[in-house]
Amino acid sequence: MTLDPTYVLLIYVAGIILFILSLRFMSDVKTARWGGRSAALGMAIGVAATLAAYTIQRVDLLIGAILIGFVVGTPIALRVATTALPQRTAVSQAFGSLAVALVGAAEFYDYHTTANTFTLSVLSAEMILGFLTFAGSCIAFAKLQELIPGRPFVYPGKNFVSIAILVVAAAVAVFLVAEPSQTFALPIMAVFALAFGFLLVMGIGGADMPTVIAILNSYTGMSAAGLGFVLNNKLLIVAGSLDGSSGFVLALIMSQAMNRSFTNVLFGGVGAKVVKTAAGAAAAQARPVQSLSAGDVATILENARSVVIVPGYGMAVAQAQHTIKEVADLLQEKGIDVKYGIHPVAGRMPGHMNVLLAEANVPYDQLWEMEKINPTFPETDVAIVVGANDVTNPAARTKPDSPLYGMPIMNVDKAKTVIFIKRSMSPGFSGSDNELFYLPNTWMVFGDAKKVLSDLVAALKAS
Amino acid sequence: MMLELVANATATLPPAISYSSQDLVTNLLVFIMATFLGVELIRHVTRLLHTPLMALTNAISSISMIAALIVMSETTDQTLLILATVGVALASTNIISGFILVERIVRLFKTKPKEKPKEKPTN
Repeated sequence: MTLDPTYVLLIYVAGIILFILSLRFMSDVKTARWGGRSAALGMAIGVAATLAAYTIQRVDLLIGAILIGFVVGTPIALRVATTALPQRTAVSQAFGSLAVALVGAAEFYDYHTTANTFTLSVLSAEMILGFLTFAGSCIAFAKLQELIPGRPFVYPGKNFVSIAILVVAAAVAVFLVAEPSQTFALPIMAVFALAFGFLLVMGIGGADMPTVIAILNSYTGMSAAGLGFVLNNKLLIVAGSLDGSSGFVLALIMSQAMNRSFTNVLFGGVGAKVVKTAAGAAAAQARPVQSLSAGDVATILENARSVVIVPGYGMAVAQAQHTIKEVADLLQEKGIDVKYGIHPVAGRMPGHMNVLLAEANVPYDQLWEMEKINPTFPETDVAIVVGANDVTNPAARTKPDSPLYGMPIMNVDKAKTVIFIKRSMSPGFSGSDNELFYLPNTWMVFGDAKKVLSDLVAALKAS
Repeated sequence: MMLELVANATATLPPAISYSSQDLVTNLLVFIMATFLGVELIRHVTRLLHTPLMALTNAISSISMIAALIVMSETTDQTLLILATVGVALASTNIISGFILVERIVRLFKTKPKEKPKEKPTN
């Protein structure tokens, strides 16, 4: 003990204040830079105070571990492409949750003979949460990186099996709390928690990833708060619960934007029917659509006064954000009003589209939220949909039997003209055919988003 | 054995692991208040910044590094020491990459340049 405990506790309080301020700073783009900085300061003083208060014998291990953090962490942060941010988030959640799970396990082994029932229960719950989040985040990463198919993995009785595995993990946890000396049960509990996390995220489709990532984020925070309870450390409790509530609120916003419940996102397996309905889509192909070339689109755009661009995950896949910005610049030079309409679940993580467009130097005041842009569509001359599908499907408003029914959508169909850039007629993630394609004011442009938009830039420059 | 030594050594710091039910009630209160505060704070975060927000909260939740450090200082067992060291490495990776990333993403958001857009934006 080198630093007076009162000072340590006071420094922890300062850390708590800095964390709270950092989230407050994120409410506005203008102050957002201070968000990261104040949290970093809070973290630095919290860690420094801990090091000053607790003597660590093996300084070599400590320095080695922190060095690994620098060597691994810095290149990840500096090199990751904005399109790959969802994957990076999944990796970082995997790291964070594995850290809390391992530390929880270490504490259990260290204190199982003396700790009281409450501490043991919190530790066990925290470990289950940590291990399931670790496995879930690994699978989320694999799906986002397309190492495994993004489609939900479903089989008869899927939810029953998953829940049964979780119940077994909980039962082992109860046993561990009752008989803490039987430490052999801890790895068994960990394996069942890992299995549950694995199956849970395997059963969830790619387009539901924004919600899943947010929920996993919440779990990591909750388990960190659990460690705070175990160690009687209020800095850990506050930081963990801020993260826990953040993930929870984001998940809530995401699932509300799809008009679905948490349970439906986690256990519904939406998107699994894609294979089945592919035949239906083929049949629907018979319905006539109108298609145009990039040159024709240029002519339509030049005669427009207001244009709204609606991007989706396809824009990220095609890396088309810079080309979109070029089109927008050319249109703005001709005096045409250009806005971007962003659906809350567009992309693979919350706020993903905004970051991609900001990277392409789109001023953020041109990025409009769905609720604000929707009333403007009737006065919009042209809506351009790039790489979005389900979030523009009018069936969500009109067809009660559609899986999308009730989901808030971008009302692009109300624009005077809709330009829909798409590779093929394949249905969206939900497996439902997009009614928008067949409307008389919709024109399809088939091809890779980046290619089509580059052609459009050339055509606009030529005229 | 181990725990008693620790408890004596940190007599004025709140004792870890087995503490009074009064402390427990305080901790529950702190947890509940922080959760409600967190919900209010996050609801006011602009949707523009939800991606950097997730990077930020990920880094904040790696405060679990403190727990790993405490285990490192208290344990005498080699295996547990290694578990805690791995925990420190994972958490510090998250902390470092998280905060650099937040700074990087937030810098991308700019207001409208009033003059003509630049020829070749290289950023």
